[in-house]
Amino acid sequence: MNIFQDTGRYVLLMKRVFVSPDRWRMFFRQFPKELEKLGLQSLPIVIIISIFIGAIMTIQTKLNTENPLLPTYSTGLVTRDTLLLEFSSTILCLILAGKIGSNIASEIGTMRITEQIDALEIMGVNSANYLILPKVTAFIVMMPFLVIFSMAVGLFGGYLVGVFTDVITTADYLLGIQYAFIPYYVFYSLVKSLAFAFLISSVAAYYGYYANGGALDVGKASTNAVVNSSILILFFNLLITNLMLN
Amino acid sequence: MIEVKNVNKSFDGNHVLKNVSAIFDDGKTNMIIGASGSGKTVLMKSIIGLHRIDNGRIEYDGRNLPDMKMKDIRVLRQEVGMLFQGSALFDSLSVLENVMYPLEMFSPMHIQEMEERARYCLKHVNLEEKSFQLAPSEISGGMQKRVAIARAIALQPKYLFCDEPNSGLDPKTALIIDQLIHEITVEFNITTIINSHDMNSVMEIGENIIFINQGVKAWQGTKDDIFHSDNEDLNNFVFASELFKKVKKANK
Repeated sequence: MNIFQDTGRYVLLMKRVFVSPDRWRMFFRQFPKELEKLGLQSLPIVIIISIFIGAIMTIQTKLNTENPLLPTYSTGLVTRDTLLLEFSSTILCLILAGKIGSNIASEIGTMRITEQIDALEIMGVNSANYLILPKVTAFIVMMPFLVIFSMAVGLFGGYLVGVFTDVITTADYLLGIQYAFIPYYVFYSLVKSLAFAFLISSVAAYYGYYANGGALDVGKASTNAVVNSSILILFFNLLITNLMLN
Repeated sequence: MIEVKNVNKSFDGNHVLKNVSAIFDDGKTNMIIGASGSGKTVLMKSIIGLHRIDNGRIEYDGRNLPDMKMKDIRVLRQEVGMLFQGSALFDSLSVLENVMYPLEMFSPMHIQEMEERARYCLKHVNLEEKSFQLAPSEISGGMQKRVAIARAIALQPKYLFCDEPNSGLDPKTALIIDQLIHEITVEFNITTIINSHDMNSVMEIGENIIFINQGVKAWQGTKDDIFHSDNEDLNNFVFASELFKKVKKANK
């Protein structure tokens, strides 16, 4: 299937997804479960990755900018801006594309090959809306919190470098992360993350929904979901950055 | 009553159903039989609307499915129950919740009424109370089929479709499931269509049997007519085993 057919089918699927649910009660029953599964259960990986990346970024920035002409706070400043502008939105979303994307694609794909989606359709349920809408909306709602959390934890990781090593002093680091702070960067990062959350969840749902065959095909659907949503994240990162920062 | 008239269906130039016409009566267990790859599953999926047919008519009590809009098809499907080959129970829901699901989606009932109705349906298919809160993965294949039947009849459907209801079941459980489907069909006067290649089922409950061979309706009759048919393809299919050959001899 070529890219145009895929795009067309994706748009038609989204048209079925974004309609009023058959029963709002069922949507609101599913929605908190998805918030928990896609959002809260992602917190441990977000914490682990962010804290280590924050610490490593601080060490590498310091070691690569050993210049007496540079102010001592520059390490904290670079760490902060890198976290705010790229890591906590784009890189984190690339990581979540793997976790959440494969989760959604394999769950919906398994429902497809075990005829559960056919069962919904036979009952007269809009299966696309019932299965996909709570996932997409829940992930979009949770993503800004994950991004803000990642920023905070990443900055804390850098702070720990100051506490436990001689690479940088905590005072220099704290000064750096507060110096010339531009709140718009946080806004830009959140806008990006919302777009990426939609891409990850909807693209994964698309590949899962149209999986056919057996277990092997569900695996393929998961792989396609992760690869294609990652590529789209990079493409839209460029597009949004150009629009918002240029 | 469901009436199929001159239905044709192709996949990428492969003509699977060729001008198939048949009538499926109310209150009877109508069976579609045929060898693997004969087109019986395609016929059933076409009747339900999971496959869009090339041409022909599929009338549900006069309502032609191919002419209907998606919105109307959804309404029609609320009158349809289906038992899938693999049961197709929702993994994330318990046995009771599976049966309550169609009620929650489409009935105006209060939650307690829904639960009562779901319990009634589960008891009707002889499931014990202790299994109601279990997940589908925690019960046997035969019990899963019963839950699927209970879910299919929860909304009191006018039409019941069963795709290979006995696959993967031992002969005794298969017989119980067959009898259950037959009882429900008669009791609620449902138009039941069963897709099967299990000859035991055919001989047990087949009241109106349609034999599909290479995409063509090759024969139609009752289980008693089978013994007297001179259709060679039907005889080759039905009496393939030595046991059934002996049964035919005894009946002649």
